[in-house]
Amino acid sequence: MNIDSIKNGIVIDHIQAGKAMQIYSMLNLDELDCSVAIIKNAPSHQMGRKDIIKIDSNIDVNMDVLGFVSPNITVNIIRDDEIIEKRHIELPEKLVDILKCKNPRCITTTEQGIQHIFRLSDPENKVYRCIYCDTKAE
Amino acid sequence: MRSLIDIMDLSPAEIDELIATAQDIMAHPEKYREKCKYKKLATLFFEPSTRTRLSFEAAMLELGGSVLGFSEAASSSAAKGESVSDTVAVVGGYADIIAMRHPKEGAPLVASMKTDVPVINAGDGGHNHPTQTLTDLLTIKCEKGHFDGLTVGLCGDLKFGRTVHSLIAAMSRYPNVNFVLISPTELKVPSYVKDAYIKKTNIPYEQTTSLDSVIDKLDILYMTRVQRERFFNEEDYLRLKDSYILTLDKLKNAKSDLCILHPLPRVNEIAVAVDDDPRACYFKQAKYGKFIRMALIMKLLEVE
Repeated sequence: MNIDSIKNGIVIDHIQAGKAMQIYSMLNLDELDCSVAIIKNAPSHQMGRKDIIKIDSNIDVNMDVLGFVSPNITVNIIRDDEIIEKRHIELPEKLVDILKCKNPRCITTTEQGIQHIFRLSDPENKVYRCIYCDTKAE
Repeated sequence: MRSLIDIMDLSPAEIDELIATAQDIMAHPEKYREKCKYKKLATLFFEPSTRTRLSFEAAMLELGGSVLGFSEAASSSAAKGESVSDTVAVVGGYADIIAMRHPKEGAPLVASMKTDVPVINAGDGGHNHPTQTLTDLLTIKCEKGHFDGLTVGLCGDLKFGRTVHSLIAAMSRYPNVNFVLISPTELKVPSYVKDAYIKKTNIPYEQTTSLDSVIDKLDILYMTRVQRERFFNEEDYLRLKDSYILTLDKLKNAKSDLCILHPLPRVNEIAVAVDDDPRACYFKQAKYGKFIRMALIMKLLEVE
């Protein structure tokens, strides 16, 4: 399968197979005017299968979303057909305005204008908890 | 300036220091009568609580300071829909320190982010209640003389009982402590509390539904009320509220130096007859609450 290479933009590589659509949605990529390619189940030496997202524009990507949805992602920044930066994304310590707390007793359910913040409480099991009420992120 | 939102904001050394100050206040109250002269404490109680609010107010008055505030959301601008952030941004301009109780979990943390004055969490829903924990620790220290090696039984509503969660967190930092968790299955300690403070540090603990079967082992018995306001459903509340009632008969098998604590108010979980037993420490505990709050207010206001 061939997808045109991009001249200036971002390639999000080594996404855990099946997670690309979740990232597409959480990064609001549907709002972009440029070309976006989602490649699902691409063969990978390292992972067996992987997903890839190619974005044909230099947008700011929220790296914490990537790390949260699928740790060990690689982000390649492309300028004039060259990879000018390669970032390996790990599990973020903190998630700001990415998730919402589901606890009906949490202050975030009623207070307007505050950030929704989750902190990594158990890296081994990828558990995040709301900093306000300690409820586990779902 | 620092706030106290969670008991774990304080290191064991800081807790020891607060306890030492509180004990010195009890021994020499005259030394502290003007420590907070011209300082104001705002008690912002969005949820009614006679005991905690009066304890804070008595503490500030005894330090020579003054108090302002409200005792229920209906008499505050929250009734008009004002946010916690806005209320605190305003009150921070009037008071030197804020004590806040709120039914929503995390409200005092939000408050502390929106003002420069120290905020004390005086209870946020079923979440944390650090000054009650400081009170509990001062009581244990005064009654037992030490924390290490104690077998601490917690009984009643261990799921929604915020005082229980904070006490587990604080006691888990002392050596050789054992926990005995006594509750109906529906009201067990939440897994996040167990994971973070008991399992992570490999503290020995026992979980049971029967108070009778474990009462003989305990050095401390911390009774809690099964609170109506924490239930979504009245039927569940009525079914569980009388599950664990402490009577003189049950105490027959307990140690002679057992220390019975209760954050109060009591409904019927401790029979009134137990009040005259020398092991009942809960009214003394309420009195200790004022002294530890005095020590805390001084610390947060950086009063020497």
